[in-house]
Amino acid sequence: MRKNITRSVRDWVNDNLPMEHVLPDTLPTFVNSYVYLFGILTLASFVWLIVTGTVLAIFGPTWWHVSAIGHFFNSMHFWAVQAFFFFMVLHLWAQFMMAAWRGGRHFTWIGGWLLFLVSIVTGLTGYLSQTNFDAQWIGVQGKDAMNAAGIGGFFNLLNFGQMYGLHIIVLPLVLVLLLASHVLLVRKHGVVEPIPLDGKEVTQHGEKRA
Amino acid sequence: MAKSVREYSNDRYPQMSYDLIRELFVALGIILILIIILAGVFSTPDVPALSAKQVDQQAPTLLVQTALDDLSAQDPISTYGPPYNNTPGAAQSIGFISPQSWAGVQLPLTPAQDEVLNPLKRILPIYPTLSGPIQQFESATNKQQNAWVTAADNALSKASVTSSGITWPGDPSQYGPLPEILNGYLSLARTGLLESAIDGAGSPMPSLDRTKSLLLLEDQPDAVYANQLDMTGNQWGVIKETGNYPGAVWLWYYTLLYQVPPYNTSSSADLLVVLTVGIVTLILMLIPFIPGLRSIPKWLGIYRLIWRNYYKEVREGKINV
Repeated sequence: MRKNITRSVRDWVNDNLPMEHVLPDTLPTFVNSYVYLFGILTLASFVWLIVTGTVLAIFGPTWWHVSAIGHFFNSMHFWAVQAFFFFMVLHLWAQFMMAAWRGGRHFTWIGGWLLFLVSIVTGLTGYLSQTNFDAQWIGVQGKDAMNAAGIGGFFNLLNFGQMYGLHIIVLPLVLVLLLASHVLLVRKHGVVEPIPLDGKEVTQHGEKRA
Repeated sequence: MAKSVREYSNDRYPQMSYDLIRELFVALGIILILIIILAGVFSTPDVPALSAKQVDQQAPTLLVQTALDDLSAQDPISTYGPPYNNTPGAAQSIGFISPQSWAGVQLPLTPAQDEVLNPLKRILPIYPTLSGPIQQFESATNKQQNAWVTAADNALSKASVTSSGITWPGDPSQYGPLPEILNGYLSLARTGLLESAIDGAGSPMPSLDRTKSLLLLEDQPDAVYANQLDMTGNQWGVIKETGNYPGAVWLWYYTLLYQVPPYNTSSSADLLVVLTVGIVTLILMLIPFIPGLRSIPKWLGIYRLIWRNYYKEVREGKINV
């Protein structure tokens, strides 16, 4: 019989991402530390970045120079960026300290790094979209590193149209997709278990191994 | 349950009640309050971009110097190498590694033409007297052009420069057509249209690529202005905004490298920093597969603090996994 791709995908999702794992109403009792909050605070900051950024995009890139409300939205966007990176870096350090790649979670770790890197580029394009001296200065300063890396001709920090387009649609879209995969991977594997004091790791299939 | 799911390692541990969606709403509330307070108290800096008009009004000599440097290819862009032009040996390289030269010239730029002469040619219909001087300069030999520029360069400190024109000392013939050209240039800058004349959009649509006009002031004028605002590289400019606001503080590691040897003395500093950061990032990303490095968290033992209640209960025999 011909393989039914739709059925295969559905079976895979049912098997790996059942709704009771995607939207859990219980968690292991070891999840009772503040370090577990950094991830969701990063996610919440991202949501407010999208909301404030959408308002700024609706009114255009120079609105905030001439409108008090625009300036306030720009400020919220700016501080949401600071919060986003602050909690993301704490989350990264916490996951490192917990060796959170254990038990088959290496793609969650690598995906987290991809998120961090794409976020940095998104932040850079955001700074370049400010249409003020910060944008001008960061553009002419930052171009040298891009040129030395051989990408300055294609990824031209002084091309406002390119930077703005990347910042308000392309990169946020990439971040949303990466973020969704990251969160689903976390839910697929469950939260990382404590490092066993006896050195015997619990594998993703539940058995212990030395 | 319709179908038994694959064994879930979290299920091996004692469970507590939890509400994921509620936690998300609480987090959204916390962050919203946080950013409203921070935005209300600290706002954001907004220093307008530096314009040629501003330089013309506040430091006209600097604008004249910039134009002279462009005309004699003494500015950093004329000899920058890729992606702006081909200058032998200008591309950054480490051994045979030189992505800059591999990428080649993608944004061709000749500052003498693009930043000075072409914008002046665009205003010839309203400033026809510039036609003769520009023609004289362009048809002169390289040697003659350099002689004029060098004479002007040397005399600039003694010249009287205002935003509307320059009075040169000594015999005017030693400067060739430069006095008229530079007066025209200052006039164009004073109108505030120099940047637009440089980018020269050939259509009524907005000019979204400002590469050429941004490169005009990228050297001295921008640096002088940035220095007044504590924004230069050795003041860790990249990781903060004007007015000492935090900028991309998460790039502290990248910025730090520029401050220390061998990076701060290398002529290929940018490439060296980019490669270092790239390699370190790759190692951190692949840490789950690197024996030794992946055990660092176990040696550091911070995890014992994070899961201290769990370990206590295991020791007390309350949990047996």
